Amino acid sequence: MSREKILALISQNQPDLVALPVIQDFAIEEINPIEKFTNVAVSIGAKVFEADSIEEIKEIIQKEGRATGRIVSVLPEFADIADPVDLKNTDPHTLKNVDLAILNAELAVAENSASWITASNSAQRVLPFICEHLVLIVQKGSIVPTMQQAYERIGDIEYEYSTFIAGPSKTADIEQSLVLGAHGPRSLTIFIIPEESSENYM
Amino acid sequence: MNQIKNHAELADVFNADEDRVDWHDETLWFVRQKRDRAAFSIPDWELLRETASQIKNNVLSNLHNYLLQFEENAKTNGVIIHWAADAQEHNEIVHSILKKHDVQRMVKSKSMLTEECHLNEYLEANGIEVIDTDLGERIVQLAKEPPSHIVLPCIHKKKEEIGELFHEHLGTAAGVSDPQILTEAARQHLRETFLTRRAALTGINFAVAETGEFVVCTNEGNADMGAHLADVHIASMGFEKIIPERKHLAVFLRLLARSATGQPVTTYSSHFKKPASGKKLHIVIVDNGRSKQLGRKDFRNSLKCIRCGACMNTCPVYRRSGGHSYHTAISGPIGSILAPNLDMKKYADLPFASTLCGSCSNVCPVKIDIHDQLYKWRQVIVKEGYSDPTKTIGMKVMNLTFSSPGVFNIAGKIGRKVLKYAPFAVNNKFNPWYKQREMPEPPKESFREWYDRERKK
Repeated sequence: MSREKILALISQNQPDLVALPVIQDFAIEEINPIEKFTNVAVSIGAKVFEADSIEEIKEIIQKEGRATGRIVSVLPEFADIADPVDLKNTDPHTLKNVDLAILNAELAVAENSASWITASNSAQRVLPFICEHLVLIVQKGSIVPTMQQAYERIGDIEYEYSTFIAGPSKTADIEQSLVLGAHGPRSLTIFIIPEESSENYM
Repeated sequence: MNQIKNHAELADVFNADEDRVDWHDETLWFVRQKRDRAAFSIPDWELLRETASQIKNNVLSNLHNYLLQFEENAKTNGVIIHWAADAQEHNEIVHSILKKHDVQRMVKSKSMLTEECHLNEYLEANGIEVIDTDLGERIVQLAKEPPSHIVLPCIHKKKEEIGELFHEHLGTAAGVSDPQILTEAARQHLRETFLTRRAALTGINFAVAETGEFVVCTNEGNADMGAHLADVHIASMGFEKIIPERKHLAVFLRLLARSATGQPVTTYSSHFKKPASGKKLHIVIVDNGRSKQLGRKDFRNSLKCIRCGACMNTCPVYRRSGGHSYHTAISGPIGSILAPNLDMKKYADLPFASTLCGSCSNVCPVKIDIHDQLYKWRQVIVKEGYSDPTKTIGMKVMNLTFSSPGVFNIAGKIGRKVLKYAPFAVNNKFNPWYKQREMPEPPKESFREWYDRERKK
């Protein structure tokens, strides 16, 4: 068995135990996390809006011209504009023609504008990747300064799959020219909402 | 004579097109500068590097237990674990999984390990089609070339060449070389591929012992598109990808993309813990020489590498010789300290493909002493008798000359006379030092001759 062979070799060849370092609290930039989050998100190709209500979000989606094709959302607040498909029980391949997906992010990080989306928040793992355009809704209070605080919040919670998403899908593989929309969404729009307006669907 | 061309000979091929060398050099230096801006725009960068380095030191010293812990947790999560002693076994395992599920066509996202194992060639020889889905990797795959850089696989290619490839293989219009149009063509072509493949293979950036989950980082979203649309997801990892705890991801994810491309983080950092319902998730843990490297005291630190490519972007030799000159899957400084472990004879040239300037060690996010290891490999390679014989003879002559004052004096005199009266004897193509250099003006006398003359006054 290769397993035993490999483990025996490792055991034989690994150096004497070196202690795991105590992870210190790394310094945090002195900047409002919401402002930082917004600046970074915009710099990597996302659009950010602060919205006070679901109605306002819908208006902006409309104005941005994003409400033309097939819209899907796990959030009941968008039932009036979204395809009523049973996302949880659908074949992920049938999501190939989704134009816009609207999802909640549980957590967001100011230093890199990454938003944390667990599999249960996207109904289908492939949804935030296969849609042409993605809308993420982030609560003000869920924006933390750095990845260190993000993982403190994540702690040891249980998930099957989860992902940090920062900006629209991109590539610079051809002569380092940045192109948005590699395989995933061509655009990412983030709505930052105040705490209270979200309680009913968190 | 070497059977395969060595780094210097291959660099000659790359250097034939001077404009391209300049462009390659400048492009990678631009990426290095982006890295600097990203690194120094956050506080405590150096503390982050030090912490990452210490975590990795702990990992190397406790790998046995971490791997067992990872295996146990991953199994509890419903993941199927395989162990491969070498490249051959890795390829056989992947093939057997595909056979079991009756899969003839697979998508693959970037995995340098599968390049190291030559998985594509193996599967193709067994009748299985593999399509690389990272844009850069797809481009080099269409060109039938290996990647020349671990993060930027086709950084050696001009957009016009990519346009020609796409015209031939993907049906884009002749003469089109706009990156926007070419990327869109690849998107359409690969979208169809993602939707029709039942198996996907990805690499692993970090495997967390504490939880049994693993993280895959991409900008394009190709790893996720492949994995989530397939019934079977195979993830291949070198065993050194282990990190102890989930919270350590914060340290590594803050360092990885900033070091690689100067981005604050990759677009996607996906955490795979359990297979989706009704689907299969396999992890192949690969040794392929790593346990041997772990036992080499001077070189084991190379296993701390998180594959960011910063050492390549900063290396004056890499930038001017191109990744293919290193004739191994992982090129550049880090590749040059990893490859001799696998085959000292075949890669004896690589530790010499460096100026030992130390820039690689300075930018390394996990503080690998890369340039020290390059220097140490040189000594091992000479001692083991794998060095270039002409160089060894030259060194021996030099040793004799410098250790004997009489020989040194005579050699100096002859040298000055030859340069003065018969410059053609050294200024010719048989003298490798003369290549791309002017020989120095000979001084009239040596310091010793001057000193003796002055003392007599």
